[in-house]
Amino acid sequence: MSLRSPLGRVLGLGSARGGSGHWYSQRVTAVALVILGCWFMASLALLGAGVPHAAVIGWLHSPFSAVMALLLVAVAAYHAQLGLRVVFEDYIGDKGTRLVVLVALKFALVVAALIGILAVLRIAFGAQA
Amino acid sequence: MPQFRLPENSRVQPGKSHAAPAGAKNVKTFRIYRFDPDSNQKPRVDTYELDMSSCGPMVLDALIKIKNEVDSTLTFRRSCREGICGSCAMNIDGVNTLACTKAISEIKGDAKIYPLPHLPVIKDLVPDLTNFYAQYASVKPWLQTRTPAPPDRERLQSKEDQEKIDRPSACILCACCSTSCPSYWWNSDRYLGPAALLAAYRWIIDTRDEATGERLDELEDPFRLYRCHTIMNCAQACPKDLNPAKAIAEIKKLIVERQH
Repeated sequence: MSLRSPLGRVLGLGSARGGSGHWYSQRVTAVALVILGCWFMASLALLGAGVPHAAVIGWLHSPFSAVMALLLVAVAAYHAQLGLRVVFEDYIGDKGTRLVVLVALKFALVVAALIGILAVLRIAFGAQA
Repeated sequence: MPQFRLPENSRVQPGKSHAAPAGAKNVKTFRIYRFDPDSNQKPRVDTYELDMSSCGPMVLDALIKIKNEVDSTLTFRRSCREGICGSCAMNIDGVNTLACTKAISEIKGDAKIYPLPHLPVIKDLVPDLTNFYAQYASVKPWLQTRTPAPPDRERLQSKEDQEKIDRPSACILCACCSTSCPSYWWNSDRYLGPAALLAAYRWIIDTRDEATGERLDELEDPFRLYRCHTIMNCAQACPKDLNPAKAIAEIKKLIVERQH
């Protein structure tokens, strides 16, 4: 049993003077994902169902499509990292476990983002089909 | 991890039954959480059948009737019986509210009455609010200024400016909002909760206060403020129809505003 005063416990280590950047970025990336998501869906719809592989490769070859696809992958991964961090902070009470999980989350999403980015670049810089 | 199931010694057992007096026609059943820290027994739910023809209209009237006429061991907090002291906050029919302003007629079926959720229980319907009050104290809920007060009068405020703090000032600290918030359930050791944040907001927007920046500094923290995920249980639970969720959103906007 702690003999510390209730107010002392609440004040704890003080304010982290942070968290607003995370909150703001989460909202900005959400807006970006709406735009990028709409672009992605519209592009797929324009390509139509059952198009040949070469047509899709050709579409991703254009600088605009490639840049938008890169942004979609990067922003989605960043937004996922921000959102999942909140979930883990909410539900993991143990400080040590929380730190390990949060670092693992960052590593996993950086890897996922890089795989996606490399895939888009390979198509963008690859031979036109 | 958060506990999704109560610990073994907190699991509720079936309790005693108190039948309605003979000849009672208008009977309402109340199922009430009971816990006696001295008895070394698990908490239980007792059943009380009351004759509504001799009972007042509010849930608090029924609790007082039980204590006076049926079972004097039933323990609960109450004072003003008109929704201004916040003492009789409890979970009635699944919703946190004040027993004194909740009409029995609004409850369909049996009336289930529990203490406010996710707080340590001292006895029966009396929860331990120590941490809740300490969180309120931590936001320094008083006027802070550098300008000395005018020697001949009070600090003035325009009517419009007063109206901004009118609603947030109406909070009675009953704790219905904070104890209805899942974020508060999981992280009440660090998240200040809707009630304390509403109080902080009330002083942040007070035009007479000169510590706005320091107040925002103290709140800018991933746990103290940003555990709020706009779940809105607080606004739904508030028996005074206040909106702590909106106050918290305004605080977040002010913190972004000073960076742009």
